[in-house]
Amino acid sequence: MIYFDHAATSWPKPPQVKEAMNRFMEEIGGNPGRSGHALSIEAARIIYEAREALSILFHVRDSSRIVFTLNATESINLALKGLLKYKDHVITSSMEHNSVMRPLRDLEKRGIELTVVPCFEDGTLNPGEVEKEIKTNTRMIVLNHASNVTGTLLPIREVGRISREYDLLFLVDAAQTAGAYPIDVERDNIDLLAFTGHKSLYGPQGTGGLVIGERIQEKEMNPLKQGGTGSRSEFEEQPDFLPDRFESGTPNSVGIAGLLAGIRFVLDQGVEKIHQYEISLIEKLMRGLREFPKIRFYGPGNGSERISTVSFNIEGLSPSDVALRLEKEFGILCRSGLHCAPSAHRTIGTFPEGTVRFGLSYFNSEEHVDQALQGMSRLIQK
Amino acid sequence: MSQGVILFPSIHFVLKAEKLVKGKGFSVDLIPVPRQLSSDCGVCMLIDWEQKDSLSTFLEGSGVKIEGVHPLQEEDG
Repeated sequence: MIYFDHAATSWPKPPQVKEAMNRFMEEIGGNPGRSGHALSIEAARIIYEAREALSILFHVRDSSRIVFTLNATESINLALKGLLKYKDHVITSSMEHNSVMRPLRDLEKRGIELTVVPCFEDGTLNPGEVEKEIKTNTRMIVLNHASNVTGTLLPIREVGRISREYDLLFLVDAAQTAGAYPIDVERDNIDLLAFTGHKSLYGPQGTGGLVIGERIQEKEMNPLKQGGTGSRSEFEEQPDFLPDRFESGTPNSVGIAGLLAGIRFVLDQGVEKIHQYEISLIEKLMRGLREFPKIRFYGPGNGSERISTVSFNIEGLSPSDVALRLEKEFGILCRSGLHCAPSAHRTIGTFPEGTVRFGLSYFNSEEHVDQALQGMSRLIQK
Repeated sequence: MSQGVILFPSIHFVLKAEKLVKGKGFSVDLIPVPRQLSSDCGVCMLIDWEQKDSLSTFLEGSGVKIEGVHPLQEEDG
């Protein structure tokens, strides 16, 4: 079996992820920060260390500014709904996932103004087009770091610079890049970084988080939920400090234990090394696929403008038929359809039929690529 | 030797403080906050009272928020 669906979730995970989760269940298991006993403190220590590891990965000076959530979607919802106010204007791109588009469309109905800047057919974005849309009531720019459909990298550093120049907040959806492509919140001028744990950070599903930059006053940002935090227990009002303000209720501690092991794996390997390896695989795959007739690629051809996710279609075959046959005949697991990003498909001209998507990772090999190319060759010739 | 506790706003800062001070060679423990002390968090840092000034200065200089420093009476300990 060849797993090419890492853009949906990475699998397998490094063995130490499962070991860390097992250790948490067998030896730790307390409720973090709730009690004074050893198991509670040890659980809290795991979560503290996960925050610290993330702060190294994303270059965050103060790890208390990283809050845990279930996934990137929750983080994006928290950033948008916690900060945007009636009549604020938001700018985003046409390559966004529904994790950004749906909350924004919902907020639009409640009086938030929204501009969706069109991207080119390969998913790339001209930062100047974003700057042109800035108005007096513009408050935030939201961009995905890389498209989950085409793997196209968006120019976050340039747009980040524009955000600072106009004193706007900049929210980056790093679901596809955290762990797979270098991110530096300082250098890239990111105010809010939404990430997921279960893709290129190799943690389990149900882990994610949001980096809340120092330009944001946490007291002026509303939590999505209020409740017990283990702190200020004598008060009935939500704490106003980080990270507790945004972390009510018992967290997914066992998941965060696995996530910590995943982040440490990424830090040990090095993000740059992971990225270079993944790009070498996707370039090899694309070189091979280009030899076939009747195939159409989407997204940039150049490895420097993308991550290791690629979309394509085969003339005369529907994406779902291709995906089904790839699995049944050749054991290749991938994804077909709209990939939860209808606007991105309109941008690249594949709405409503969608594409076949191969998402490769550090856990794929050159042999996987060779086998996939053999399978594709037979599929196309049939 | 008389003892005291340092209180922090939340467990995040307790653990940050613990890591920092242990890295500096101080010997400290984490204990549940004594009931008579008003606290924002269930756990605090048990210290040698003599070291309270050097510890507070070091922690505040390292960006750790301190909620309070209190001596412990014999019967508290």
